[in-house]
Amino acid sequence: MDLPTVWFVAIAVLWTGYFVLEGFDFGVGMLLPALGRHRGTALKAIGPVWDGNEVWLITAIGAMFAAFPAWYGATLSGFYVPVLLVVLALIVRGVALEYRGKAPRSEGGAGVDTAGEQWRARCDLGIVVGSAVPAFVWGLVFANLVRGVELGADGVVTSSPADLLNPYALLGGLVTLTLFALHGAVFVALKTDGPARFLGRALVKRLAPVAVVALAVFLAQTAAGWVTVVVVGLLVAAALLAVRGREGWAFVATAVTIAALTVVIFGSLYPAVLPSLTDPAFDLTVANAASGPYTLTLLSWVGGIFLPVVIAYQSWSYWVFRRRVTA
Amino acid sequence: MDALDLSRWQFGITTIYHFLFVPLTIGLSVVVAALQTAWHRTGRPEYLRATKFFGKLFLINFAMGVVTGIVQEFQFGMNWSAYSTFVGDVFGAPLALEALLAFFLESTFIGLWIFGWDRLPKRVHLATIWLAAIGSNLSAFFILAANAWMRHPVGFVVDPITRRARLTDIVAVLTNPQAISTYVHVLGASFVVAGLFVVAVSALRILRGDHDDLFRRTLRAGLATTAVAGIVVALSGHNQAQLLAEYSPMKLASAEALWKTEQPAGFSLFAVGDVEGSRNSINVQIPYLLSFLATDTFSAPVQGITELQAQSVAQYGAGDYIPDVPVLYWAFRLMMGLGMAGVGVGVAGLWLTRRGRLPVQRWMYKLAIAALPAALAANIFGWVLTEVGRQPWTVVGELLTAASVSPGVSLVEVAISLTVFTALYGALAVVEARLLWRYVKAGPEPVDTAAASSDSGEPEKLPAFGY
Repeated sequence: MDLPTVWFVAIAVLWTGYFVLEGFDFGVGMLLPALGRHRGTALKAIGPVWDGNEVWLITAIGAMFAAFPAWYGATLSGFYVPVLLVVLALIVRGVALEYRGKAPRSEGGAGVDTAGEQWRARCDLGIVVGSAVPAFVWGLVFANLVRGVELGADGVVTSSPADLLNPYALLGGLVTLTLFALHGAVFVALKTDGPARFLGRALVKRLAPVAVVALAVFLAQTAAGWVTVVVVGLLVAAALLAVRGREGWAFVATAVTIAALTVVIFGSLYPAVLPSLTDPAFDLTVANAASGPYTLTLLSWVGGIFLPVVIAYQSWSYWVFRRRVTA
Repeated sequence: MDALDLSRWQFGITTIYHFLFVPLTIGLSVVVAALQTAWHRTGRPEYLRATKFFGKLFLINFAMGVVTGIVQEFQFGMNWSAYSTFVGDVFGAPLALEALLAFFLESTFIGLWIFGWDRLPKRVHLATIWLAAIGSNLSAFFILAANAWMRHPVGFVVDPITRRARLTDIVAVLTNPQAISTYVHVLGASFVVAGLFVVAVSALRILRGDHDDLFRRTLRAGLATTAVAGIVVALSGHNQAQLLAEYSPMKLASAEALWKTEQPAGFSLFAVGDVEGSRNSINVQIPYLLSFLATDTFSAPVQGITELQAQSVAQYGAGDYIPDVPVLYWAFRLMMGLGMAGVGVGVAGLWLTRRGRLPVQRWMYKLAIAALPAALAANIFGWVLTEVGRQPWTVVGELLTAASVSPGVSLVEVAISLTVFTALYGALAVVEARLLWRYVKAGPEPVDTAAASSDSGEPEKLPAFGY
């Protein structure tokens, strides 16, 4: 495998890590309205880890910048409005998550804590919108990458924001939205105890049909028939396992489903990174968008040494907070 | 007004806003870690209370630093795709290193610190805040190395076929004299701001009649941090001026409104300039001082703007290579003036609080509180000096700002993003300031010593740390 291909795979790995990890905290965020009085419990379960999960995105974007500058530039400028929405959503979400527990202490003590309730309600709104928007938009963006964009010989994307709202891309958005919601519901069932756990299972039951159908329709247009069968089968299995109380295995299954979807997306791109609908000759490819061998070698050494270290200490942090969270 | 202008405004606004929080994160992470270490060593409950109190304020600020930092990672590609494509091979590497080596460390261990009070052994829990602090301090190095490369590009060639920069020497990029000097300068300034933050909070508590001995101690500690960091800022600032003379003479000349080459050159205190006529109508100078600042000798010549412009035209072809002189001139003076005022408060305060003394005059505390916004403003002016002074280039001598903007992004798109960012940032500033104020006003919570000294694993109720 040549160096640019190695880095294409490395970036796919970073995005996979991002979707698998932030996928469940997006899911928990989106499901807040359905979690009722167990919202606090569910948020406590993602509290220690969501920020570390988000760094997978920052690293994926940083790695695209360093390893494929032309891909980074063309994609982020070409998807200006969707990317703007993601960034704004992540800002609002991050602040809402951090500030939710810092509600004003109501004066007087006894009685209904209206100021605190209002504060938390506003933060919850920020978390819900801030989780749902990126969950949808990432699917939209990646489906558009697979489909291709209007891209000229100068490497400039000329698709309008409206062009990006084609049916295939909207379906892609629906897939990630529902898949992350399901992943989040399984996480709630896995990481909480008591009524919240059963609520998580009930949400899995309600979400699974939509997520399975959306994924099946999307994959049928994107991947080989057997891949579609295997991946969709895996998601069905995840839902069944969760409902039967095997939440650990269910979580593994939703995680692998998300990983498989990411692999399918990157696999259908390769060797292009940004296919051109204008003329295939204008495709941005692994070869023509890549940085030089010096930079890629440097990144390989640093990534090869430190990514395992990062994975080790992040795993340790999950181990520290392995216990189920109770209200 | 075109997409270029608005993209520049957006970059300026979002970066300056981000830079209000980052120096505080850098400095306060270490302050909180030091307080917790003091508790760990001495076991005195007031250090635990101080750790939790300043820890909460730190986290309120930290959240803002993190979310406004996300924008930076995307903005190069969104608004500056031509720049990104040209520099990514070189500039992207430190950014990727920053994410991999620093951001993961910072975010993961902050999560462990916030939620780990009752989960981790005390010693391990202490290590988590230090690791987060190391992450914050390390991240600044990588981003400043990337920024220094734009001002003084080293360790690269421009590929003759692709016309893109190609990294040839990462060591040169990371040991760029501009990178190291800027890092020391920014780190020093961060600790000045963090020290003054601790001073301002302590002074506010004392002003509000809090006779807690805790705040007498933190006041002293904040003043000492400011004074020591102030020395670092001054020395590295002197070094920065010399590097300017060597690598960015146009920036130095513009920041001094030095139109004609002078030997020896005086340091301007106040000038009224005529930019069109390339001259100053009023200029009050301290003789010899600029020569000394720039070269360590009192007699060396310092090149003027007119001569440097002619040199640039000869080197790069016709064009206007003069940055915005009035902006730079005043940014330079405000940076130094406000920064020194802040450090001055630190030094004077140390003297006034010697051997357990505490001034009784209320205005002194108010002045100490005012030093915080002054120092924050000094940071901002320093950043303006750096970035505006690099114009008209994004990468000096290699790429013009006008050629860096995304060709496919429309004026309307940038207008929308600029408006939304500005509005959202304004709203968040109000939320953040009110939250900080509320927590400062509420003061530290009494610590249940039993819960604090045991590692029983019994979950401690810490609403401000959890969700």
